[in-house]
Amino acid sequence: MIANLGFSVLFISFLVTLYSVFAAIYGERRQVPAMVESARRAMLLTWPLLTLTAGILIYLLVNNHFELQFVYEVTSRSMPTYLKVTAWWGGQAGSLLFWSWLMSAFTSLVTLRKWDRDREFLPWVIVVSCVTMAFFIGMNVFFENPFAQLYQTFDGVAAHTFQPANSILFTPEDGRGLNPLLRHPGMVIHPPMLYLGFVAFVIPYAFALAALITGRTDDRWIRLTRRWTLWAWLFLSFGLVLGGRWAYDVLGWGGYWGWDPVEIAAFMPWLTGTAFLHSVMIQEKRGMLKHWNMLLIILTYSLVIFGTFLTRSGVLSSVHSFAQSAIGPLFFAFIGLSLITSVALLIHRWGSLKSETQMTSLLSREALFLLNNLLFMSILVVCFWGVMFPLISELFTGQKVTVGPPFYERATAPLFAALMLLMGIAPLSAWGHSTVKTLGRAIWKPIIGALAITLVLFVTYTQKVGALIGFFLIALVILVTIYEYWRGGYARQRSQGENIFTALWNLTGRNRRRYGGYIIHLSMMLMAVGILGIEIFQVETQGTLAQGESLSLANYELRYKEIAQWDDLPSGVNYRRAVVDVYQDGEYLGQLAPRIDYYYDSQQNMTIPGQRSTLKDDLYVLLVNWEPVAATGATFKVYVNPLVNWLWLGSLLFLAGIVVAAWPEKETERVAVRAKARVQQQTSAAD
Amino acid sequence: MRARYRSRFLEITGYGVLVAVVAALAVALLAQTVAFAQGPAPTDNEVNRIAKQLYCPVCESTPLDVCPTEACRQWRELIREMLADGRNEAEIKQYFVEHYGPQVLNEPPNRLASYLVPVVAFLLGAFLLFRGFRMWLKPSITEADPASAAPVRDPYIAKLEEELKKQK
Repeated sequence: MIANLGFSVLFISFLVTLYSVFAAIYGERRQVPAMVESARRAMLLTWPLLTLTAGILIYLLVNNHFELQFVYEVTSRSMPTYLKVTAWWGGQAGSLLFWSWLMSAFTSLVTLRKWDRDREFLPWVIVVSCVTMAFFIGMNVFFENPFAQLYQTFDGVAAHTFQPANSILFTPEDGRGLNPLLRHPGMVIHPPMLYLGFVAFVIPYAFALAALITGRTDDRWIRLTRRWTLWAWLFLSFGLVLGGRWAYDVLGWGGYWGWDPVEIAAFMPWLTGTAFLHSVMIQEKRGMLKHWNMLLIILTYSLVIFGTFLTRSGVLSSVHSFAQSAIGPLFFAFIGLSLITSVALLIHRWGSLKSETQMTSLLSREALFLLNNLLFMSILVVCFWGVMFPLISELFTGQKVTVGPPFYERATAPLFAALMLLMGIAPLSAWGHSTVKTLGRAIWKPIIGALAITLVLFVTYTQKVGALIGFFLIALVILVTIYEYWRGGYARQRSQGENIFTALWNLTGRNRRRYGGYIIHLSMMLMAVGILGIEIFQVETQGTLAQGESLSLANYELRYKEIAQWDDLPSGVNYRRAVVDVYQDGEYLGQLAPRIDYYYDSQQNMTIPGQRSTLKDDLYVLLVNWEPVAATGATFKVYVNPLVNWLWLGSLLFLAGIVVAAWPEKETERVAVRAKARVQQQTSAAD
Repeated sequence: MRARYRSRFLEITGYGVLVAVVAALAVALLAQTVAFAQGPAPTDNEVNRIAKQLYCPVCESTPLDVCPTEACRQWRELIREMLADGRNEAEIKQYFVEHYGPQVLNEPPNRLASYLVPVVAFLLGAFLLFRGFRMWLKPSITEADPASAAPVRDPYIAKLEEELKKQK
């Protein structure tokens, strides 16, 4: 009964989004503002409707309604309530609904803004957003219904939306339970963050298409969506980092990123999104690259859908399973159609998107930003090709192959290094015009500083060439960024008579986008320190120890002390927890307790590492079940991951940087800035 | 007569000792050869070094060294046995490819095909960008100052003029 109610509300949401699309088109074509307003209100209705649908699903999840196939597959009686709620996005049907629900929240927020100056965009923003939403809700309604119930017929038990003839409802005693890997705080937050990033990118895309359809192709759509893009980028970035942290804590392979196609699926829209964030600045400042920006946001949108398609269609396991899945071909068709329509619109408006100014120098900020775009696009090609290559190989030769980390690492390392070099140079180049001399004058001091730091590292830390190049680039970017900050702060200190801290604070406040961006650059470099550390300096060993025996790695020594094993029956988990004493250079540091959790409901193991984190390195100890774990012998895998903590610290600074960049400016400040600009214009005119 | 038997006994005993010594030497040598062939049992680290380069044939995107399934545990033991038998890394990888297909390798066998597209794409992108730069830069020179459109022979003088222009 409740399940039927849930499905009914879901179906109504689907009809409402379709109505919104048609009402918006009709209202715009026939110039009936009331119809456009009706479309807007219909669009606003989708959020409460989908919230109700989600509420019903959560109720069913929390109350063990195992007669629903979805509830049966992702929950079990032993799971705590909060995990039953988050199981919403733990399976296919639920995660598609989650996508639609977030999307409806974003579209509602967009439609609630003041549209006075941009009313012509409204119907088309509604159309694009609601077509996307209708597609996802349609997937749930017709193919992946989370409210489908299990019915017993003569042929056995199967899930159906409507009760088949001669059947009775089948309620299993208990559910299968959520995959243990997903029962982690990181996994509770990671998918919502990624999805928020995905759906938020639909908003700038909707505005871009509205601009193309209406022919209002100035940079208004960019200005309107700048903050949306930044928030989308924040969520996507943070989702990626959280995914990395989850992998580090849960997957038990001592790393945070395995170049898995699922990870890459989320990374690809991030690459085009990042290129877009840089490239729109050229359009805003110089009125150039309008075609390119359109293309970038179209690509980002397509990659968002493509990423969801990759992870949801089963195409990654095999092209054949993709063909057999109900939603795979539909996703493929939707991506194709939206891409073709968008590019056709772009070609249609090609003439009106001409640049207003010309590039005047190869070293200007805009030229360097273009190089940055080239590098981001090249990394995208590497990722795209790496994901597609096995599918293409299987399709054309019938031979399945794997493209693993060595390919990605080799192909992207020089591109990332070049990006870092650009990050070091670009902040010092000027918009419009820069010469070797002006740039050289600005950069020689940071270069000397970076070389000095690299020399110190060469003498004291490492002689590996790759690492030294990496550290040089990191030092260069950090020094250039600090130098830029200091220059701005110093100038403000002199002109305004403020102390240096107030000057730096006000400087950031007055130009949040620029200095927020610099904070993000700094955070990226901290993350790069972590990545460099674990990629180049990670060491590992493995051994089976009897109680009292020890294992050495780097300057650490681990002594196997004891093991305990017990059942936590209410949670349905069996724990095997070993305790090891840790010594560094002979000095006792404390204990670590790696463990293996066995989940009875899903019959799966989870390997939880014992970790000791410092800024210098992480000691990461795993209990692996190569041999039966017992006091007489347990196998330990030990990693020393140098500098990896900087990756997580960098991500926190990154968050701060984005908040600074995306924080809304006070109206009074904007008015003051505009007034100041007007006064300056008048003064120069009078001169 | 007794002396003849005695010498015969000594002769046989001498042969016996000789045979025994030779046999003992042969056994010792054989044992050593067998021990050499088997070598010390391969360590977990040696197994992992190879398992890291292979993917679990049944799970998706999981390297063999970290895969927790029973099947993978057996495959790692197989690597250990093969190492103990004196097989090298290439032979072990080849064995896995023959039995489970090329998807067990962490890179496609045909590396050229996998690297070609990204490299060509990058070069093409760089070429287009370079052409774009040239196209953008040309009109700005001719439009801004017809005199500067004339071929500049000395780049130093060109730069100097540019700087002087800025000074104005």
